[in-house]
Amino acid sequence: MIEIKGVSKLFGKKPVVENVTVTIHPKKITSFIGPNGAGKSTLLSMVSRLLDSDTGEVLLDKSNVKKMKSVDFAKRVAILKQSNFLNVRLTIRELVSFGRYPYSKGRLNAEDEKHVDQALEYMNLTDMQDKYLDELSGGQKQRAFISMVIAQDTEYILLDEPLNNLDMKHSVQIMKILRKLVDELDKTVIIVLHDINFASVYSDRIVALKDGRVVKDGPTNEIINSAALKEVYDMHIPVQEQDGCRICVYFNSHS
Amino acid sequence: MRKNSTKFIILTIIAIVFILLYAFYNIQGGFGYAFPRRLVRVAAMIVTGIAIAYSTIMFQTITRNRILTPSVMGIDSMYEVVQTVIYFVLGSASIFVVNHYLNFGVAIIAMIIFALILYRFLFRADKHPIYLLLLAGMIIGTLLGSLVSFLQVIIDPVEYLSLQTRLFASFNNVKTELLYVSLVILGGCFIYGGRMLRDLDVMSLGRDTAMNLGVNYDKIVLRVLVLSSILIATSTALVGPITFLGLIVSNLAYQYIVTYKHSLLIAGASLISIIALVGGQFLVQHVFHLNTTISVIINFIGGIYFIYLLLKESRAAG
Repeated sequence: MIEIKGVSKLFGKKPVVENVTVTIHPKKITSFIGPNGAGKSTLLSMVSRLLDSDTGEVLLDKSNVKKMKSVDFAKRVAILKQSNFLNVRLTIRELVSFGRYPYSKGRLNAEDEKHVDQALEYMNLTDMQDKYLDELSGGQKQRAFISMVIAQDTEYILLDEPLNNLDMKHSVQIMKILRKLVDELDKTVIIVLHDINFASVYSDRIVALKDGRVVKDGPTNEIINSAALKEVYDMHIPVQEQDGCRICVYFNSHS
Repeated sequence: MRKNSTKFIILTIIAIVFILLYAFYNIQGGFGYAFPRRLVRVAAMIVTGIAIAYSTIMFQTITRNRILTPSVMGIDSMYEVVQTVIYFVLGSASIFVVNHYLNFGVAIIAMIIFALILYRFLFRADKHPIYLLLLAGMIIGTLLGSLVSFLQVIIDPVEYLSLQTRLFASFNNVKTELLYVSLVILGGCFIYGGRMLRDLDVMSLGRDTAMNLGVNYDKIVLRVLVLSSILIATSTALVGPITFLGLIVSNLAYQYIVTYKHSLLIAGASLISIIALVGGQFLVQHVFHLNTTISVIINFIGGIYFIYLLLKESRAAG
């Protein structure tokens, strides 16, 4: 279980995340939503140790993540950030093999190869595993990076806006795979999302942030309603049911 | 595209051919006299070549930049400052000039301390991004360069001449004793750095990804900075500063050997570096008849290549 306790982060004098306390429920998809600059990505970076928090602590099964050894942490929590610019030329398989680094230190054994094969299979990349990353479309590239994170075989998978620059088909594909990871492999997924409809349809829990603070935290159906969303986004967002899914129809709303 | 193993065989053959040519071509004045001297020079070139290739490739990975090299941090300039200050304050008859070990030791220690202070000062205050470090390094390098020029203008002209021979890279006056020390240092760096090469492979994926994969990024960066300083200090003290060599050989290696593996990149860059130095020195001695020095040739070619790389980068960015 991941517990975020009273975590704050200042950039210069400006607080980006202020006294956030959230508990991440295991074996669920938790979405972080909120307007631009709400501190979603910063919070995710602090949970994954990419950034140090200024105050507060993040606990992974009761132990402070800052005090854990890098390698041990990497076997339990994986993070994928938004921009993944590379200045080296790699094939998909080489990239995914890097996911085994915490275990193998670059010398892959049969067990590692098996994990790589499975991760490629999971993301439907087996057929093109020897293609170079710079020959791929944005969606394929994103799938390759997610595949690397799957090969890392961690209990927790943290994704920072993985749907950025993806078309609808690929976005749905990726969200379905995340759902599968949680339902079939018992992973815990934390994901930063901009599109609240993806959050509504695919996540179990939602944490809504605004100006660095948590405004809402609970099961998806408690957050996806006009009253709660008004607090988060400062606009009226009508919610309609469609085949059992709650869809926010905000395109023509008056604030 | 040729396989990497073939490319390594080609590079190794060229390097060996140049080494043999240099060692045996047109030996005059007695084999027993000239041959050991040539061997010392070849050994110095191999040590220098490997040290520069090794430090530049590692340095470029931690800075995620293929245009800047350790000399940008002002480390080369620090060598000139140390030498100039010694000549200026103590004179060319001082023990720190006459005793090569002492001179070497003082230069290396000063350069490492300089790199560490620069690093501590910039990294400990608040975690500054690495480009700030480079920018600061560039400005400090310029400052040190101006300091050197200032001292050289007011120094005794005779001292100045003697100082100049030390500041221009030359394989013609390699001190044999220093060569052995350099070999030991290089060996030590290989043992110490060898364990980091796989971490560096991961670090070429970027800070976030490397940290996600359990690499202690900031610790490795610190180690690479120290190691690069030692290597550059060693090669500079041995044969003087050769500013653009690292830039040429690392970029040729990236272009020729397409891989993310640092063990291969460093091996390739080292071979290219040896070819450039030994081949270049061969030309200096037998074509230009010692009318120029190898650092002049390398800085000339390297400077043109540097401009080419800058133009290419800016076109890619625009």
